[in-house]
This record gives sequence, C-alpha cells and structure tokens, in this order.
Amino acid sequence: MTDTTEPDVTIDSRDATCPGPLMDLIGKVKTLDPGTVVELQTTERNSTTDVPEWLEEAGHDLVEIEERDDHWNIYIEVN
Amino acid sequence: MHRIAIVGGGTGGTVLANRLASELQSEIEADEVEVRLITADPDHVYKPTFLYVPFGKKTVDDARRPIEDLIDRRVTLTIGEVVDVDTDGKKLTFGDSSVLAYDQLVLATGATLEPEAVPGLAEGGHHFYGPDGAERLRDDLADFTEGHLVLSVVGVPHMCPAAPVEFTLMVDDWLRERGRREDVEITYTYPINRAHGLESIADWATDLFEERDVNLETFFNVEEIDPDAEVIETVEGSEMEYDLLVAIPPHAGSDLVTDAGLGEDGWVDVDKHTLEATNAEDVYAIGDAADVPTSKAGSVAHYEAGVVADRIASRARGTVPTATYDGKTVCFLEAGMDEATFIEFSYGEEPFVREPSKPLHWAKLGYNESYWLTARGLL
Ligand SMILES: Cc1cc2nc3c(=O)[nH]c(=O)nc-3n(C[C@H](O)[C@H](O)[C@H](O)COP(=O)(O)OP(=O)(O)OC[C@H]3O[C@@H](n4cnc5c(N)ncnc54)[C@H](O)[C@@H]3O)c2cc1C
Repeated sequence: MTDTTEPDVTIDSRDATCPGPLMDLIGKVKTLDPGTVVELQTTERNSTTDVPEWLEEAGHDLVEIEERDDHWNIYIEVN
Repeated sequence: MHRIAIVGGGTGGTVLANRLASELQSEIEADEVEVRLITADPDHVYKPTFLYVPFGKKTVDDARRPIEDLIDRRVTLTIGEVVDVDTDGKKLTFGDSSVLAYDQLVLATGATLEPEAVPGLAEGGHHFYGPDGAERLRDDLADFTEGHLVLSVVGVPHMCPAAPVEFTLMVDDWLRERGRREDVEITYTYPINRAHGLESIADWATDLFEERDVNLETFFNVEEIDPDAEVIETVEGSEMEYDLLVAIPPHAGSDLVTDAGLGEDGWVDVDKHTLEATNAEDVYAIGDAADVPTSKAGSVAHYEAGVVADRIASRARGTVPTATYDGKTVCFLEAGMDEATFIEFSYGEEPFVREPSKPLHWAKLGYNESYWLTARGLL
C-alpha cells in the first residue's frame, strides 16, 4: 500500500481469472456506502483496463493502480 | 475397510461413483473398500435438457431418471441430505441426525439458484435453469407475440456460461420460424464490457447478434426489478423496460461448504490440478461445487470425476496419486434451432469457435441422448 491510500475494504481476487476480479468488485461495491475506499487485489492484467472502464460507467472514482511484484492493487472510491 | 463417501448424485458424483466401482472392483468385492454415493434427490437430473423445454422440444420429465438405474450395483447408495461436514472428525451428519464416518470424501453438491438475491427478480423474471422455471417460460413464450424480450445475465458465475447466448440465438430463430420476429425486439445484457467472459465467444456472439438484429448491452449489472412497471434498474444507474424478462439468476454454492470452513463463499477452495481441498485433508471437490478457473459445466464435472477417481483409487491402494486435471472443458453451443458450434479449451487457453453447422447441432442432440450412458460410465 502507498502512504496516501488507506483502504477501508480489501478484496483479494488474486488468482481469479477474468471476469472474476471485476465481478468480485461489482458485487462488493453494491453493498458499500459512498466514500468507502476499496483495494482490489488482482493477478489478471485485464483488470487494469476493465475496472477503470466499469468505474467510469458506474460513476465511481479510480484512485490509483499500484503494480506489485506478482499482482496489482487497484484503489477505488465509491460514490 | 477404506470408506469413500461422495456427496451429490449429479453429473460429477454419478460419473465418479461408477468409475470408482470399476477401478476398485476387486477391492470392493473383497470388502476392503466401500464406495458410497449420498444424494438428496432420488432422481438424477440432466440439466442441459432444460434449454429445450421453453421451445417445446423436450419436457422436464426427459431430464430425470432414477439414480438407482444409473449407478453400478457395487456402489452403496444413500438417499439423504448431508447437513454437516466435519473434516477434522472425518464424518458427515444427515438431516435425521445420523452420522457417517469416511476416509476420503468428495463433495459434488453442485450449484443452486438464488433469484431472491435480487429484489423483484423472482416475481418479474423467467428462467430456464430449473424444471419449474423452464415450464413457466415455455407457457409464457408460447403466448408472447410482440414486445421487448430481454435476456439478462444477472449472476456470474453461473452454470453453463454458453446457455444464455444459446437461448438468445435460439429464441431469435424460433420467433422467425413463427413469423413473429418483426414484432419482437430482443436485447441481451451482460455484466462486463463484452458479451461473454471468454473473449472468443464474446466476439463470435457479438457478430451473430448484429447479424440477427439482437441488441447488446454490456456493463449491465441488475440491481433491482420492478415487476409491476416491468423495468430493470442497474448498478450502473440505467433503466430498461421489458415485456418478457428471461434472467440467468445469481447462483450460490452450498452452506455446507462455508460452515465446514472449506470455502468462504460456498464454493470449495481446491488445488486446480489435484482438486484436493485447500483447507482439509482427504477432501476433494468436483463439478460446480469446486472453485476452479473454468466453466461450471457438465463436461468439467465429468473430466474432474475421472481425475479424482484415479487419485482416490491410488490412495485406497496405498500408492501415490499422479492424475491431474488441466482444465479441459468441452462445450457444444446452439447457434439457432438447427445449427451449433463446438469449443474445447484448457486452463489459460482461449477457445477457437468453429463455423456453426447442422451436423454439430445433431451431434449436440446425440450427445444429450447418449448422456445416460456417459453417466453410467459406459462412454
Ligand atoms: C439450462 C442448462 C444448460 C446446461 N447445458 C450444459 C451443456 O450443454 N454442457 C455442459 O457441459 N453443461 C451444461 N450445463 C451445466 C451442467 O448441468 C452442470 O455444470 C452440471 O450438472 C454440474 O454437475 P455437478 O455434479 O457438479 O452438480 P449437479 O449435477 O447439479 O448435481 C448436484 C447434486 O448434489 C445433490 N446435493 C446437493 N446438496 C446436497 C446435500 N447437502 N446432500 C446430499 N445431496 C446434495 C443434488 O441433489 C444433486 O443431485 C447446463 C446447465 C443448465 C442449467
């Protein structure tokens, strides 16, 4: 995690194949209050493009995408 | 006596029990091994039949056979519902509180439908994923002469990822045959940014939908249905009106699995190659119940059953199991009422979608008929 982004909720979707991580995120976001910061952990490269596209469609914010050694952390703020 | 217990008499459990009965024939006859199949429903249900029920091509009775007629006589059959799995004590508890001990356990409990997870869906939507839904859809489709038909994939993952595309292409053709297609608008919706999870199927379906005048809506995650107003509302904030909604409802795994600590969300966490549970010893999962990165399909359950039969038989004989599952998945896909295609892939592979043809349609129907031999382990 970076110094700036403190997630309220972490979703571990590592090893899930497409569209698993995105569906895990969509399922979770439905239950969260506005302002919640979510960290989505994914090993699926497609998530780094699919997730931002969905956020735009659904009106939530992409905070940042962080590349780790073996996965990506995608930070989202729920609107 | 080495006791092997299989819970669930669907495709995976039945094929597995029959395979074990033949692989361990001499050990069973010498009373060294017991293969027990435990299942809640005295009938075996072949779900792919339900795709044809709405079009009047099959009946729900065609999908059922007594499980007793399908299993090898060397298999001990118990009809009953397992309500608790204790993987430390290696025992199962039944609905009537009786207890059964095992040495090796396989969970093949499948997936269940959960339309009630989405407000209004049970009242406002139809589906063809179970006997009652398929019959109700058949009756309402027969009366449906004009309006907006929406096929919406509400839940992912779901059984047979191909079936929603198949239904859409079949209903288009079926309405054309009846001269009603011009009065019916058809829309297909999918939760992610393309028509299907697998890119090659998404591309194939998108081209066919365009050719056949089927609207495609992506990033469409149903939040709620208003059955009176006949409106679907999505998580993304859009609304869609419908006259006939055919929805693929959310699916759930089993509480048994969650309660036993075998997987948080009802699907058993397993090693994708050995199918052994991650959180317990001597427990396997096959079919829809297992959380592996491929489709929830009968063909997957079938291939997995072969691998687990080999592994269990090795263990029962005291040798090291070596068989592994590479994700092999095979699917026939109907592309209308009289043509189909066929795909085949393993973990991490993208399938190649062949040109649909009539022979492949007949091959799919032929496979469905010969399924009963497959379940019995004869094919
Ligand atoms: C409309 C439709 C079309 C399909 N088409 C295809 C297709 O063309 N090709 C394909 O490959 N797949 C297809 N499938 C998917 C296929 O039917 C499933 O993937 C397959 O049935 C999975 O097998 P299974 O053994 O895991 O579970 P199931 O066949 O669902 O069996 C589960 C069994 O477990 C029993 N059970 C559950 N809980 C308990 C308990 N607690 N105690 C005791 N028993 C229990 C149930 O009674 C049931 O007998 C289709 C599915 C549908 C709905």
